Amino acid sequence: MTASTTTYWRRNLRIMGVLLAVWAVVGLGGGILFADQLNGFHIGGFPLGFWIAQQGSIMVFVLLILVYAFMMNRLDAAYVRRARGAAMRKDEARVGESDSGSDERGTRS
Amino acid sequence: MSIRAWTFLLVGATFAFYLVIAWLSRVRDTRGFYVAGQGIPSVANGMATAADWMSAASFISMAGLISTLGYAGGMYLMGWTGGYVLLALLIAPYLRKFGHYTVPDFVGDRYESDIARVVAVICAVFVSFTYVAGQMRGVGIVFSRFLEVDVNVGVYIGVAIVFIYATLGGMKGITWTQVAQYWVLITAFLTPAIAISLQLTGNPIPQIGMGSRLIGEGVSLLEKLNQIHADLGFASYTEPFVGSWNKLNVFCVTLALMVGTAGLPHVIVRFYTVKSVGAARWSAFWALLFISLLYLTAPAVGAFARYAMVSTMHGVEGESRPDWFRSWEKTGLVVWLDDGDGVVEYHGAAQEARNEIFRSGPLTASEVDGIRAQHQRWLADPSSGADGRVVMRDAGLSGPDRDIVVLAAPEMAALARWIIALVAAGGLAAALSTASGLLLVISSSVAHDLYFRILNPRASEARRLLVGRVVIGLAVVVAGFLGIYPPGFVSQVVAFAFGLAAASFFPAIVLGIFSRRVGTIPAMFGMIVGIVFTAAYILGSVYMGMPSWCFGIGPQGIGVIGMLLNFAVTLGLTPFFPRPSGEVQTMIEGIREPEGANG
Repeated sequence: MTASTTTYWRRNLRIMGVLLAVWAVVGLGGGILFADQLNGFHIGGFPLGFWIAQQGSIMVFVLLILVYAFMMNRLDAAYVRRARGAAMRKDEARVGESDSGSDERGTRS
Repeated sequence: MSIRAWTFLLVGATFAFYLVIAWLSRVRDTRGFYVAGQGIPSVANGMATAADWMSAASFISMAGLISTLGYAGGMYLMGWTGGYVLLALLIAPYLRKFGHYTVPDFVGDRYESDIARVVAVICAVFVSFTYVAGQMRGVGIVFSRFLEVDVNVGVYIGVAIVFIYATLGGMKGITWTQVAQYWVLITAFLTPAIAISLQLTGNPIPQIGMGSRLIGEGVSLLEKLNQIHADLGFASYTEPFVGSWNKLNVFCVTLALMVGTAGLPHVIVRFYTVKSVGAARWSAFWALLFISLLYLTAPAVGAFARYAMVSTMHGVEGESRPDWFRSWEKTGLVVWLDDGDGVVEYHGAAQEARNEIFRSGPLTASEVDGIRAQHQRWLADPSSGADGRVVMRDAGLSGPDRDIVVLAAPEMAALARWIIALVAAGGLAAALSTASGLLLVISSSVAHDLYFRILNPRASEARRLLVGRVVIGLAVVVAGFLGIYPPGFVSQVVAFAFGLAAASFFPAIVLGIFSRRVGTIPAMFGMIVGIVFTAAYILGSVYMGMPSWCFGIGPQGIGVIGMLLNFAVTLGLTPFFPRPSGEVQTMIEGIREPEGANG
C-alpha cells in the first residue's frame, strides 16, 4: 500500500464514520431512543418524535447517501489525478507495481 | 366502465408493455444475463433497484401495518430505508469494485473456501425463496379481489409473465422491465394518496396533509385519530411505546431490518449492474430517493386509511354498510360478527368484548362459515352454539386483515374507478418486479456459484447461459407452487430471512472489506454461530412457545443479537488463526483503491 492510498483510505473512513454517526443519532436516537421525550415538541401538526420516525429520518437517510456519493466521487477523482501525475513522472516503477496490484479480473473500465 | 373492466384494461396494458420491453432487451451472454452487461445508467439502475426492493409487502402491506401500529410502524419505515445507508456506505461500492456476479462469489473468494461459498449459496436461495412466496401471495390477493378470478389462476398468469421475461432477458430484461414497473407502482401509490389527502384535508401533498386539519373538523388528522383510538380502546396513534411494542423491541426490530436489508443478496447484486464504482454510489442515492417517494407517502396513506376505515365502518347500520366492506367480506379479509343490534362496532384491545370486526387469517372459508353458524345459533339462544366473537378473539384474529388497507383505501374514500384499477396494476407491478429480481438471484446462485464455480468450472459460455435459463425457469415454477400452496408462516419466514441475512452475510461482508486480518476459520465460525443462534431462537419462539428469554427481545429483532455474536466470535477467534493469503490481501487492497487508479 502506497502512502497516498493510505491517506485516501483514512479519508474514506472518516467520511463514512461521520455520516454513520449522523445516521445513528437521527434514526436510532431521534426516531426511537428519544422519541417519547421529543413527542413533547411539535412540528406543524406532528409530534416531533413521531415525525422523525415516520418522515424526518427517511429524508435524512436520502441526504446522507447524496453527500456520501458526492464527497467520495470527488475524493476518487482527486486520487486518480494525483496517481496519474505520479505515474507519468515515474513510468517504469508504476508499471511494475500496478501489475502486481491488479486483481486480474477485468474489473477496470 | 366498471372497476373490473378498468382493471382488465390497465393490468392487460401494463403486462403487454413489460413483454415488449423484455423482447427488446433479450441477451446472448452470461454477463448480460447476470449483471446486464454492467451497462445500466445509474438513474435507471436506481429506479430498478427501487422496484426490486419495493415488494408486494411494501406496496400492499406496509401502509396497512403502519395504519394498525401507529408510531411503531416507523420501525419498518426506518428499518427498510436506513439499511440503504449501511448498504451504500459499507458494502455497495466495494463489491462493485470486486466485480464478480454474486454475493457468494465474494464470500467464497474472500475467505478462500468452497464451504463458505456453499453456505452463502444456501442462505441466498433460502432468503430469496422466502420472499418469492410472499410476492406470489400478493399477486393472488390482487387478482382474486379485482379480476374475480380464482387465486390460483392469478398465480398462473403471474408465473407465465415472469417466466417469459426472466428467461429471455435475464438481468438486462429484468432491469428494464423494473424501470417500467417502478413508474406503474409509484403512480398507482401516489394518485390515490393525493386524492384522499385533498378530500380529507384540502392539501394535495399527502406528507403535509397528514399533519393538517381535517375539513369540517376543528382538529388535525393525527389528533382526531388519537381521540378515536382512545374512544374505541386502541393504543394511541402517535405516542411511542404504549401498545405491545416497548423501546427495546422497536430498537432491535428496526436495527435487524436495517442490517438485514444491507445483507440481502437481491439488493446487493443490483450494484454489480452499473458501469463503475462512482455509478454504484450514485445509483444507491437514486434508489433510496425513488424508494423514499413511496416510503414517505405510506405513513400518510396509513393515517388517512385508518381514519377513513374507522369512520365509514364503526357505528354504521349493518344493512347500509359500505360496498368496499361487503366486497372484502367475500374474501374473508374482513369478517363481521354482530352482537345482535345490527350496528357495526370496531374496538381495540382495551374494549375487546365489544369488538365485532375480525379476519379469517389461516381459517378456511368453511371454518369461518361454521363459526358464523354457531354464532347465529348463540344469538338466537345463548345456551346453544358459541359466541363467534370469543372464538375469533381467542384465535388472535381481531380486526380486519392489514393487507386490505392500501387496496381498499381508494374505495373507502369513494375515488374514481380507474384509480382503484390503477392500484391493482401497481400492486402487481410491485409483486412481479421483486419476484423477478429474486428469481435471478436464485438462478445465479445455483447456475453460477454452484454449477460453474464448483461443479463444472470448464463449462462453456453457451452452456452456462442455458443452465442459467433452465434454473430460472425451474425457480419460477417452484415460486408458483409456493404461491398456490403458501407455507402458512409467510410472515414469520420473512422475519427469518432478515434475521439470517443480518446474522450471516452482513458481518462476513463488512469484515471481509474492512479487515485484512480476518481469515477463513474465524469468519466461518462467526457465520455458523450467528445463523444457528438466530434460527434456533426464531424457530423456538414461533413453533415451540419458547419465552423471549434474551432480554425479552421478540423473534423479529433477534437478528441483531445474532449479528453481534457473529462479530464477537469472528473477532475473538481472529488472533489465533493465520491471516489470509497474499493473494486475498492483494484483492482486499484492490477493492479499497479508487477505480481507475491503476490505468
